[in-house]
Amino acid sequence: MTPLLSVQGMTRSYGNHLGCSDVSFDLYPGEVMGIVGESGSGKSTLLNCLAGHLTPDAGSVIYDTRGHGPRDTVTMSEPERRMLGRTDWAFVHQRASDGLRMGVSAGGNVGERLMAIGNRHYGDIRGHAIDWLDRVEIDAGRIDDRPVTFSGGMQQRLQIARNLVTGPRLVFMDEPTGGLDVSVQARLLDLLRGLVRDMGLSAIIVTHDLAVVRLLADRLMVMKSGRVVEHGLTDRVLDDPQHAYTQLLVSSVLQV
Amino acid sequence: MIELRNVSKTFTLHNQGSAVINVLAHVDLDVRPGECVALTGSSGAGKSTLMRMIYGNYMARSGVIRVGGVDLVQAEPREIIRIRRETLGYVSQFLRVVPRVPTLQVVAEPLRAIGAPPDRAEAQARDLLTRLNIPRRLWSLSPTTFSGGEQQRVNIARGFVHPYPALLLDEPTASLDPENRDIVLGLIETAKQRGAAIVGIFHDTDARNRVCDREIDVGRFTPEQAA
Ligand SMILES: Nc1ncnc2c1ncn2[C@@H]1O[C@H](COP(=O)(O)OP(=O)(O)OP(=O)(O)O)[C@@H](O)[C@H]1O
Ligand SMILES: [Mg+2]
Repeated sequence: MTPLLSVQGMTRSYGNHLGCSDVSFDLYPGEVMGIVGESGSGKSTLLNCLAGHLTPDAGSVIYDTRGHGPRDTVTMSEPERRMLGRTDWAFVHQRASDGLRMGVSAGGNVGERLMAIGNRHYGDIRGHAIDWLDRVEIDAGRIDDRPVTFSGGMQQRLQIARNLVTGPRLVFMDEPTGGLDVSVQARLLDLLRGLVRDMGLSAIIVTHDLAVVRLLADRLMVMKSGRVVEHGLTDRVLDDPQHAYTQLLVSSVLQV
Repeated sequence: MIELRNVSKTFTLHNQGSAVINVLAHVDLDVRPGECVALTGSSGAGKSTLMRMIYGNYMARSGVIRVGGVDLVQAEPREIIRIRRETLGYVSQFLRVVPRVPTLQVVAEPLRAIGAPPDRAEAQARDLLTRLNIPRRLWSLSPTTFSGGEQQRVNIARGFVHPYPALLLDEPTASLDPENRDIVLGLIETAKQRGAAIVGIFHDTDARNRVCDREIDVGRFTPEQAA
Protein backbone atom coordinates (compact mmCIF):
# COMPACT_ATOMS: atom_id res chain seq x y z
CA MET A 1 0.00 0.00 0.00
CA THR A 2 1.25 3.52 -0.82
CA PRO A 3 1.50 5.79 2.22
CA LEU A 4 -0.78 8.80 2.04
CA LEU A 5 2.00 10.90 3.45
CA SER A 6 5.68 10.06 3.58
CA VAL A 7 7.85 12.43 5.58
CA GLN A 8 11.63 12.32 5.36
CA GLY A 9 14.23 14.23 7.33
CA MET A 10 11.96 17.11 8.24
CA THR A 11 14.16 19.79 9.82
CA ARG A 12 13.44 23.40 10.72
CA SER A 13 15.26 25.74 13.05
CA TYR A 14 14.69 29.33 14.09
CA GLY A 15 18.09 30.99 13.97
CA ASN A 16 20.18 28.80 16.21
CA HIS A 17 17.12 27.60 18.08
CA LEU A 18 16.00 24.16 16.92
CA GLY A 19 12.35 23.66 15.94
CA CYS A 20 12.34 20.07 14.77
CA SER A 21 15.13 17.88 13.55
CA ASP A 22 15.28 14.95 11.15
CA VAL A 23 11.72 13.71 11.64
CA SER A 24 10.66 10.86 9.34
CA PHE A 25 7.53 8.72 9.21
CA ASP A 26 4.92 7.26 6.87
CA LEU A 27 1.20 7.78 7.40
CA TYR A 28 -1.16 5.30 5.75
CA PRO A 29 -4.74 5.94 4.59
CA GLY A 30 -7.13 5.90 7.55
CA GLU A 31 -4.38 6.20 10.16
CA VAL A 32 -4.51 8.74 12.97
CA MET A 33 -1.17 9.73 14.43
CA GLY A 34 -0.70 11.71 17.61
CA ILE A 35 2.33 13.86 18.40
CA VAL A 36 2.97 14.58 22.06
CA GLY A 37 5.73 16.29 23.99
CA GLU A 38 6.25 19.21 26.34
CA SER A 39 5.65 22.73 25.07
CA GLY A 40 8.57 23.90 22.99
CA SER A 41 9.42 20.36 21.91
CA GLY A 42 8.75 21.22 18.28
CA LYS A 43 5.33 19.65 17.79
CA SER A 44 3.65 22.65 16.21
CA THR A 45 6.73 23.54 14.15
CA LEU A 46 6.63 20.05 12.70
CA LEU A 47 2.90 20.22 12.02
CA ASN A 48 3.22 23.58 10.29
CA CYS A 49 6.07 22.29 8.13
CA LEU A 50 3.99 19.26 7.15
CA ALA A 51 0.95 21.36 6.32
CA GLY A 52 2.97 23.81 4.24
CA HIS A 53 2.52 26.78 6.60
CA LEU A 54 6.26 26.87 7.28
CA THR A 55 9.10 26.14 4.89
CA PRO A 56 11.40 23.43 6.24
CA ASP A 57 15.19 23.86 6.11
CA ALA A 58 15.51 20.30 4.88
CA GLY A 59 13.36 17.28 4.21
CA SER A 60 10.50 16.21 2.02
CA VAL A 61 6.75 15.70 2.48
CA ILE A 62 5.55 13.28 -0.18
CA TYR A 63 1.76 13.30 -0.48
CA ASP A 64 -0.18 10.80 -2.57
CA THR A 65 -2.31 13.29 -4.52
CA ARG A 66 -5.61 12.23 -6.06
CA GLY A 67 -4.71 13.33 -9.56
CA HIS A 68 -0.99 12.82 -9.91
CA GLY A 69 0.10 10.26 -7.31
CA PRO A 70 2.97 10.92 -4.86
CA ARG A 71 4.27 14.52 -5.02
CA ASP A 72 6.68 16.44 -2.82
CA THR A 73 4.60 19.26 -1.35
CA VAL A 74 7.70 21.14 -0.20
CA THR A 75 8.84 21.74 -3.77
CA MET A 76 5.47 22.00 -5.53
CA SER A 77 4.31 25.45 -6.62
CA GLU A 78 2.61 27.74 -4.13
CA PRO A 79 -0.77 27.71 -5.98
CA GLU A 80 -0.73 23.90 -6.09
CA ARG A 81 0.01 23.71 -2.39
CA ARG A 82 -2.72 26.22 -1.63
CA MET A 83 -5.17 24.16 -3.66
CA LEU A 84 -4.29 21.07 -1.63
CA GLY A 85 -4.83 23.05 1.55
CA ARG A 86 -8.31 24.02 0.37
CA THR A 87 -9.46 20.65 -0.91
CA ASP A 88 -7.71 17.49 0.17
CA TRP A 89 -6.18 18.78 3.39
CA ALA A 90 -7.72 20.40 6.41
CA PHE A 91 -6.14 22.22 9.31
CA VAL A 92 -7.89 22.58 12.66
CA HIS A 93 -6.29 25.30 14.76
CA GLN A 94 -6.15 25.38 18.53
CA ARG A 95 -7.86 28.75 18.56
CA ALA A 96 -11.02 28.62 16.50
CA SER A 97 -10.56 32.30 15.65
CA ASP A 98 -7.42 31.35 13.66
CA GLY A 99 -9.39 28.91 11.56
CA LEU A 100 -12.69 30.76 11.18
CA ARG A 101 -13.70 34.06 9.67
CA MET A 102 -15.19 35.64 12.73
CA GLY A 103 -17.08 38.34 10.84
CA VAL A 104 -18.86 35.91 8.51
CA SER A 105 -21.97 33.87 9.38
CA ALA A 106 -21.66 30.22 10.42
CA GLY A 107 -23.18 29.14 7.11
CA GLY A 108 -20.78 31.44 5.26
CA ASN A 109 -17.82 29.91 7.06
CA VAL A 110 -18.81 26.46 5.90
CA GLY A 111 -19.89 27.55 2.42
CA GLU A 112 -16.72 29.50 1.74
CA ARG A 113 -14.58 26.39 1.38
CA LEU A 114 -17.09 24.94 -1.06
CA MET A 115 -17.02 28.12 -3.15
CA ALA A 116 -13.22 28.02 -3.09
CA ILE A 117 -13.34 24.72 -4.95
CA GLY A 118 -15.73 26.05 -7.54
CA ASN A 119 -19.16 25.33 -6.13
CA ARG A 120 -21.42 28.19 -7.26
CA HIS A 121 -24.92 26.92 -6.63
CA TYR A 122 -26.29 28.88 -3.66
CA GLY A 123 -28.94 26.32 -2.74
CA ASP A 124 -26.44 23.45 -2.79
CA ILE A 125 -23.98 25.36 -0.68
CA ARG A 126 -26.60 26.26 1.89
CA GLY A 127 -27.84 22.68 1.91
CA HIS A 128 -24.32 21.38 2.55
CA ALA A 129 -23.79 23.97 5.27
CA ILE A 130 -27.00 22.95 7.06
CA ASP A 131 -26.03 19.29 6.77
CA TRP A 132 -22.60 19.97 8.24
CA LEU A 133 -23.86 22.14 11.08
CA ASP A 134 -26.11 19.24 11.97
CA ARG A 135 -23.22 16.76 11.84
CA VAL A 136 -21.22 18.86 14.28
CA GLU A 137 -24.30 19.28 16.48
CA ILE A 138 -24.92 22.98 15.84
CA ASP A 139 -28.59 23.93 15.58
CA ALA A 140 -29.43 24.86 11.97
CA GLY A 141 -31.24 27.90 13.38
CA ARG A 142 -27.83 29.43 14.07
CA ILE A 143 -26.74 29.34 10.42
CA ASP A 144 -26.91 33.11 9.96
CA ASP A 145 -25.22 33.95 13.27
CA ARG A 146 -21.60 34.92 13.35
CA PRO A 147 -19.18 32.67 15.30
CA VAL A 148 -18.40 35.50 17.74
CA THR A 149 -21.80 34.73 19.28
CA PHE A 150 -20.86 31.04 19.78
CA SER A 151 -19.33 29.34 22.81
CA GLY A 152 -15.75 28.04 22.56
CA GLY A 153 -16.89 24.47 21.99
CA MET A 154 -19.36 25.53 19.28
CA GLN A 155 -16.68 27.59 17.54
CA GLN A 156 -14.39 24.61 17.52
CA ARG A 157 -17.13 22.39 16.07
CA LEU A 158 -17.83 25.03 13.42
CA GLN A 159 -14.15 25.08 12.54
CA ILE A 160 -14.29 21.33 12.09
CA ALA A 161 -17.36 21.60 9.84
CA ARG A 162 -15.66 24.30 7.74
CA ASN A 163 -12.64 22.04 7.34
CA LEU A 164 -14.39 18.79 6.57
CA VAL A 165 -17.09 20.02 4.17
CA THR A 166 -14.79 19.59 1.17
CA GLY A 167 -14.22 15.92 2.02
CA PRO A 168 -10.47 16.12 2.72
CA ARG A 169 -8.39 12.98 3.11
CA LEU A 170 -5.84 14.38 5.55
CA VAL A 171 -6.54 16.54 8.59
CA PHE A 172 -3.92 18.35 10.64
CA MET A 173 -4.99 19.31 14.14
CA ASP A 174 -3.10 21.48 16.57
CA GLU A 175 -4.43 21.04 20.11
CA PRO A 176 -8.03 20.67 18.89
CA THR A 177 -9.40 20.45 22.42
CA GLY A 178 -7.00 22.90 24.05
CA GLY A 179 -8.59 25.66 26.09
CA LEU A 180 -11.99 23.93 26.30
CA ASP A 181 -13.37 22.68 29.57
CA VAL A 182 -13.45 18.96 30.17
CA SER A 183 -17.09 18.18 29.39
CA VAL A 184 -16.88 20.17 26.15
CA GLN A 185 -13.68 18.32 25.28
CA ALA A 186 -15.35 14.95 25.72
CA ARG A 187 -18.14 15.91 23.33
CA LEU A 188 -15.65 17.18 20.76
CA LEU A 189 -13.51 14.05 21.03
CA ASP A 190 -16.53 11.86 20.57
CA LEU A 191 -17.51 13.87 17.50
CA LEU A 192 -14.00 13.72 16.03
CA ARG A 193 -13.79 9.99 16.58
CA GLY A 194 -17.06 9.41 14.75
CA LEU A 195 -16.06 11.65 11.83
CA VAL A 196 -12.64 10.04 11.49
CA ARG A 197 -14.23 6.60 11.39
CA ASP A 198 -17.16 7.41 9.12
CA MET A 199 -15.13 9.46 6.62
CA GLY A 200 -12.07 7.19 6.78
CA LEU A 201 -9.90 10.24 7.46
CA SER A 202 -6.18 10.22 8.07
CA ALA A 203 -5.09 12.70 10.69
CA ILE A 204 -2.10 14.09 12.53
CA ILE A 205 -2.97 15.49 15.92
CA VAL A 206 -0.61 17.57 18.02
CA THR A 207 -1.55 17.76 21.67
CA HIS A 208 -0.05 17.68 25.13
CA ASP A 209 -3.11 15.82 26.42
CA LEU A 210 -2.42 12.09 26.65
CA ALA A 211 -6.11 11.31 27.14
CA VAL A 212 -6.83 12.86 23.75
CA VAL A 213 -4.33 10.66 21.93
CA ARG A 214 -5.46 7.60 23.87
CA LEU A 215 -8.93 8.10 22.43
CA LEU A 216 -8.14 9.34 18.94
CA ALA A 217 -4.74 8.18 17.78
CA ASP A 218 -3.74 4.77 16.43
CA ARG A 219 -0.10 5.59 16.85
CA LEU A 220 1.95 8.02 18.78
CA MET A 221 5.15 9.96 18.28
CA VAL A 222 6.85 11.44 21.33
CA MET A 223 9.02 14.51 20.80
CA LYS A 224 11.63 16.10 22.99
CA SER A 225 13.85 19.02 22.03
CA GLY A 226 12.85 18.82 18.39
CA ARG A 227 13.54 15.12 18.01
CA VAL A 228 11.41 11.99 18.02
CA VAL A 229 12.39 9.91 21.06
CA GLU A 230 9.74 7.20 20.79
CA HIS A 231 7.18 6.08 18.24
CA GLY A 232 4.66 3.22 18.20
CA LEU A 233 1.16 1.94 18.79
CA THR A 234 -0.54 4.47 21.07
CA ASP A 235 -1.51 2.20 23.95
CA ARG A 236 1.88 0.49 23.83
CA VAL A 237 3.72 3.81 24.13
CA LEU A 238 1.47 4.97 26.97
CA ASP A 239 1.33 1.69 28.92
CA ASP A 240 4.87 0.44 28.36
CA PRO A 241 6.98 3.50 27.55
CA GLN A 242 10.58 2.67 26.68
CA HIS A 243 12.30 6.05 26.64
CA ALA A 244 13.14 7.91 29.87
CA TYR A 245 11.32 11.02 28.65
CA THR A 246 8.13 9.11 27.74
CA GLN A 247 8.19 7.43 31.14
CA LEU A 248 8.41 10.82 32.78
CA LEU A 249 5.60 12.20 30.63
CA VAL A 250 3.29 9.26 31.38
CA SER A 251 4.04 9.15 35.10
CA SER A 252 3.42 12.88 35.46
CA VAL A 253 -0.29 12.55 34.71
CA LEU A 254 -2.72 10.88 37.02
CA GLN A 255 -4.45 8.22 34.94
CA VAL A 256 -5.06 8.16 31.24
CA MET B 1 -3.48 -19.73 16.47
CA ILE B 2 -1.48 -18.11 19.25
CA GLU B 3 2.19 -19.01 19.21
CA LEU B 4 5.00 -17.67 21.43
CA ARG B 5 8.67 -18.53 20.98
CA ASN B 6 11.41 -17.60 23.40
CA VAL B 7 9.63 -14.44 24.54
CA SER B 8 11.17 -12.33 27.28
CA LYS B 9 10.13 -9.17 29.08
CA THR B 10 12.11 -6.61 31.02
CA PHE B 11 11.01 -3.28 32.42
CA THR B 12 13.63 -0.56 32.76
CA LEU B 13 12.51 2.25 35.04
CA HIS B 14 14.69 5.09 33.77
CA ASN B 15 13.47 7.59 36.33
CA GLN B 16 13.88 5.30 39.31
CA GLY B 17 17.62 4.75 39.22
CA SER B 18 17.27 2.78 35.96
CA ALA B 19 15.95 -0.18 37.94
CA VAL B 20 15.64 -3.24 35.73
CA ILE B 21 12.83 -5.71 36.40
CA ASN B 22 13.25 -9.03 34.62
CA VAL B 23 9.73 -10.40 34.58
CA LEU B 24 9.69 -13.20 32.02
CA ALA B 25 12.21 -15.17 29.97
CA HIS B 26 12.09 -18.07 27.50
CA VAL B 27 8.32 -18.15 27.21
CA ASP B 28 7.04 -20.75 24.75
CA LEU B 29 3.32 -21.19 24.35
CA ASP B 30 0.96 -22.62 21.74
CA VAL B 31 -2.78 -22.29 21.83
CA ARG B 32 -4.74 -24.16 19.19
CA PRO B 33 -8.20 -23.32 17.86
CA GLY B 34 -10.87 -24.51 20.30
CA GLU B 35 -8.46 -24.64 23.20
CA CYS B 36 -8.49 -22.60 26.40
CA VAL B 37 -5.22 -22.22 28.29
CA ALA B 38 -5.13 -20.79 31.80
CA LEU B 39 -2.23 -18.67 33.00
CA THR B 40 -1.57 -19.31 36.68
CA GLY B 41 1.07 -18.22 39.16
CA SER B 42 1.40 -16.00 42.17
CA SER B 43 0.55 -12.32 42.17
CA GLY B 44 3.24 -10.41 40.31
CA ALA B 45 4.44 -13.50 38.47
CA GLY B 46 3.67 -11.81 35.16
CA LYS B 47 0.32 -13.26 34.04
CA SER B 48 -1.14 -9.93 32.98
CA THR B 49 2.21 -8.86 31.52
CA LEU B 50 2.27 -11.95 29.31
CA MET B 51 -1.31 -11.36 28.21
CA ARG B 52 -0.62 -7.72 27.40
CA MET B 53 2.36 -8.73 25.29
CA ILE B 54 0.16 -11.11 23.29
CA TYR B 55 -2.17 -8.14 22.70
CA GLY B 56 0.73 -5.94 21.57
CA ASN B 57 0.10 -3.61 24.49
CA TYR B 58 3.47 -4.35 26.12
CA MET B 59 6.64 -4.60 24.10
CA ALA B 60 8.42 -7.93 24.23
CA ARG B 61 12.15 -7.57 24.74
CA SER B 62 12.82 -10.48 22.41
CA GLY B 63 11.15 -13.46 20.82
CA VAL B 64 8.24 -14.05 18.50
CA ILE B 65 4.53 -13.65 19.29
CA ARG B 66 2.45 -14.87 16.38
CA VAL B 67 -1.30 -14.43 16.32
CA GLY B 68 -3.12 -15.56 13.18
CA GLY B 69 0.23 -15.71 11.40
CA VAL B 70 1.41 -12.16 12.22
CA ASP B 71 4.39 -11.55 14.52
CA LEU B 72 3.16 -8.82 16.85
CA VAL B 73 6.68 -8.14 18.13
CA GLN B 74 7.77 -6.87 14.71
CA ALA B 75 4.43 -5.65 13.34
CA GLU B 76 3.69 -2.04 12.40
CA PRO B 77 0.98 -0.33 14.48
CA ARG B 78 -1.52 -0.58 11.64
CA GLU B 79 -1.01 -4.34 11.39
CA ILE B 80 -1.53 -4.75 15.13
CA ILE B 81 -4.69 -2.68 14.87
CA ARG B 82 -5.95 -4.86 12.04
CA ILE B 83 -5.24 -8.06 14.00
CA ARG B 84 -7.07 -6.60 17.01
CA ARG B 85 -10.03 -5.65 14.86
CA GLU B 86 -10.36 -8.91 13.00
CA THR B 87 -8.63 -11.68 14.91
CA LEU B 88 -7.75 -10.95 18.52
CA GLY B 89 -10.24 -9.93 21.19
CA TYR B 90 -9.25 -8.85 24.69
CA VAL B 91 -11.42 -8.59 27.76
CA SER B 92 -9.34 -6.53 30.13
CA GLN B 93 -9.99 -6.30 33.85
CA PHE B 94 -11.27 -2.78 33.59
CA LEU B 95 -13.51 -1.15 31.06
CA ARG B 96 -12.07 1.85 29.27
CA VAL B 97 -14.51 3.77 27.12
CA VAL B 98 -15.03 7.08 25.42
CA PRO B 99 -17.11 9.34 27.66
CA ARG B 100 -20.67 9.99 26.49
CA VAL B 101 -20.96 6.91 24.27
CA PRO B 102 -24.05 4.80 25.16
CA THR B 103 -23.54 1.20 26.28
CA LEU B 104 -25.28 -0.22 23.20
CA GLN B 105 -22.79 1.58 20.95
CA VAL B 106 -19.85 0.57 23.14
CA VAL B 107 -20.80 -3.07 22.65
CA ALA B 108 -21.66 -2.70 18.95
CA GLU B 109 -18.40 -0.91 18.17
CA PRO B 110 -16.20 -3.95 17.41
CA LEU B 111 -18.71 -4.98 14.75
CA ARG B 112 -18.94 -1.46 13.33
CA ALA B 113 -15.15 -1.43 13.14
CA ILE B 114 -15.15 -4.40 10.76
CA GLY B 115 -17.79 -2.73 8.63
CA ALA B 116 -21.02 -4.34 9.88
CA PRO B 117 -24.13 -2.26 9.17
CA PRO B 118 -25.36 -0.35 12.26
CA ASP B 119 -28.65 -2.24 12.62
CA ARG B 120 -27.03 -5.66 12.54
CA ALA B 121 -24.26 -4.55 14.93
CA GLU B 122 -26.85 -3.15 17.33
CA ALA B 123 -29.06 -6.21 17.12
CA GLN B 124 -26.15 -8.40 18.14
CA ALA B 125 -25.15 -6.00 20.89
CA ARG B 126 -28.73 -6.08 22.23
CA ASP B 127 -28.70 -9.84 22.19
CA LEU B 128 -25.50 -10.05 24.25
CA LEU B 129 -26.55 -7.35 26.70
CA THR B 130 -29.80 -9.26 27.23
CA ARG B 131 -27.97 -12.52 27.79
CA LEU B 132 -25.64 -10.84 30.27
CA ASN B 133 -28.58 -9.40 32.23
CA ILE B 134 -27.75 -5.74 31.69
CA PRO B 135 -31.12 -4.02 32.26
CA ARG B 136 -32.50 -2.47 29.10
CA ARG B 137 -32.88 0.94 30.76
CA LEU B 138 -29.07 1.16 31.03
CA TRP B 139 -28.38 0.55 27.33
CA SER B 140 -28.72 4.18 26.32
CA LEU B 141 -26.42 5.37 29.12
CA SER B 142 -22.65 5.54 29.16
CA PRO B 143 -21.21 2.65 31.21
CA THR B 144 -18.85 5.02 33.05
CA THR B 145 -21.24 5.24 36.01
CA PHE B 146 -22.12 1.52 36.13
CA SER B 147 -21.25 -0.80 39.01
CA GLY B 148 -18.08 -2.91 38.82
CA GLY B 149 -19.96 -6.05 37.84
CA GLU B 150 -22.05 -4.22 35.25
CA GLN B 151 -18.95 -2.68 33.70
CA GLN B 152 -17.32 -6.05 33.58
CA ARG B 153 -20.28 -7.55 31.78
CA VAL B 154 -20.29 -4.67 29.27
CA ASN B 155 -16.61 -5.41 28.71
CA ILE B 156 -17.40 -9.08 28.18
CA ALA B 157 -20.23 -8.27 25.78
CA ARG B 158 -17.77 -6.17 23.76
CA GLY B 159 -15.28 -9.02 23.70
CA PHE B 160 -17.83 -11.62 22.52
CA VAL B 161 -19.91 -9.57 20.06
CA HIS B 162 -17.51 -10.41 17.25
CA PRO B 163 -16.47 -14.09 16.89
CA TYR B 164 -12.73 -13.45 17.26
CA PRO B 165 -10.61 -16.48 16.34
CA ALA B 166 -8.36 -15.66 19.33
CA LEU B 167 -9.41 -14.28 22.71
CA LEU B 168 -7.58 -13.01 25.80
CA LEU B 169 -9.54 -12.92 29.06
CA ASP B 170 -8.10 -11.25 32.17
CA GLU B 171 -10.22 -12.41 35.11
CA PRO B 172 -13.52 -12.24 33.24
CA THR B 173 -15.56 -13.56 36.16
CA ALA B 174 -13.88 -11.66 38.99
CA SER B 175 -16.70 -9.41 40.21
CA LEU B 176 -19.74 -11.40 39.07
CA ASP B 177 -22.51 -13.09 41.05
CA PRO B 178 -22.93 -16.88 40.53
CA GLU B 179 -25.68 -16.53 37.93
CA ASN B 180 -23.75 -14.11 35.73
CA ARG B 181 -20.54 -16.03 36.25
CA ASP B 182 -22.29 -19.09 34.88
CA ILE B 183 -23.49 -17.15 31.83
CA VAL B 184 -19.97 -15.88 31.12
CA LEU B 185 -18.50 -19.38 31.43
CA GLY B 186 -21.19 -20.51 28.98
CA LEU B 187 -20.07 -17.84 26.50
CA ILE B 188 -16.49 -19.06 26.82
CA GLU B 189 -17.57 -22.65 26.19
CA THR B 190 -19.52 -21.58 23.11
CA ALA B 191 -16.51 -19.63 21.82
CA LYS B 192 -14.35 -22.75 22.22
CA GLN B 193 -16.89 -24.84 20.33
CA ARG B 194 -16.76 -22.46 17.38
CA GLY B 195 -12.96 -22.82 17.42
CA ALA B 196 -11.65 -19.80 19.31
CA ALA B 197 -8.16 -20.10 20.79
CA ILE B 198 -8.37 -18.63 24.31
CA VAL B 199 -5.85 -17.54 26.91
CA GLY B 200 -7.38 -16.74 30.28
CA ILE B 201 -6.48 -15.66 33.80
CA PHE B 202 -8.95 -17.01 36.37
CA HIS B 203 -8.43 -16.69 40.08
CA ASP B 204 -11.60 -18.73 40.55
CA THR B 205 -10.42 -22.36 40.48
CA ASP B 206 -13.84 -23.84 39.71
CA ALA B 207 -14.25 -21.54 36.73
CA ARG B 208 -10.79 -22.47 35.54
CA ASN B 209 -11.46 -26.17 35.84
CA ARG B 210 -14.69 -25.85 33.97
CA VAL B 211 -13.46 -24.00 30.86
CA CYS B 212 -9.70 -24.50 30.64
CA ASP B 213 -7.98 -27.45 28.97
CA ARG B 214 -4.50 -26.75 30.34
CA GLU B 215 -2.73 -24.59 32.89
CA ILE B 216 0.57 -22.82 32.41
CA ASP B 217 2.31 -21.65 35.58
CA VAL B 218 3.88 -18.37 34.54
CA GLY B 219 6.25 -18.71 37.51
CA ARG B 220 8.28 -21.16 35.50
CA PHE B 221 9.23 -18.31 33.15
CA THR B 222 10.60 -16.15 35.95
CA PRO B 223 14.22 -15.51 35.00
CA GLU B 224 17.14 -16.35 37.28
CA GLN B 225 17.93 -13.06 38.96
CA ALA B 226 21.52 -11.95 38.45
CA ALA B 227 23.08 -11.32 41.86
N1 LIG C 1 3.91 -1.08 32.93
C1 LIG C 1 4.76 -1.61 33.84
N2 LIG C 1 5.89 -0.95 34.16
C2 LIG C 1 6.75 -1.48 35.05
N3 LIG C 1 6.58 -2.67 35.67
C3 LIG C 1 5.48 -3.38 35.38
C4 LIG C 1 4.50 -2.88 34.46
N4 LIG C 1 3.49 -3.80 34.40
C5 LIG C 1 3.83 -4.81 35.22
N5 LIG C 1 5.02 -4.57 35.82
C6 LIG C 1 5.72 -5.46 36.75
O1 LIG C 1 5.77 -6.77 36.21
C7 LIG C 1 5.58 -7.77 37.23
C8 LIG C 1 4.43 -8.70 36.83
O2 LIG C 1 3.19 -8.01 36.95
P1 LIG C 1 1.80 -8.58 36.44
O3 LIG C 1 0.78 -7.52 36.57
O4 LIG C 1 2.00 -9.17 35.10
O5 LIG C 1 1.52 -9.75 37.48
P2 LIG C 1 0.27 -10.74 37.59
O6 LIG C 1 0.83 -12.11 37.55
O7 LIG C 1 -0.76 -10.40 36.61
O8 LIG C 1 -0.23 -10.43 39.08
P3 LIG C 1 -1.73 -10.39 39.72
O9 LIG C 1 -2.09 -11.82 39.95
O10 LIG C 1 -1.50 -9.66 41.00
O11 LIG C 1 -2.60 -9.69 38.78
C9 LIG C 1 5.35 -6.98 38.52
O12 LIG C 1 6.60 -6.91 39.20
C10 LIG C 1 4.93 -5.61 38.04
O13 LIG C 1 5.29 -4.62 38.99
MG1 LIG D 1 -2.83 -9.48 36.76
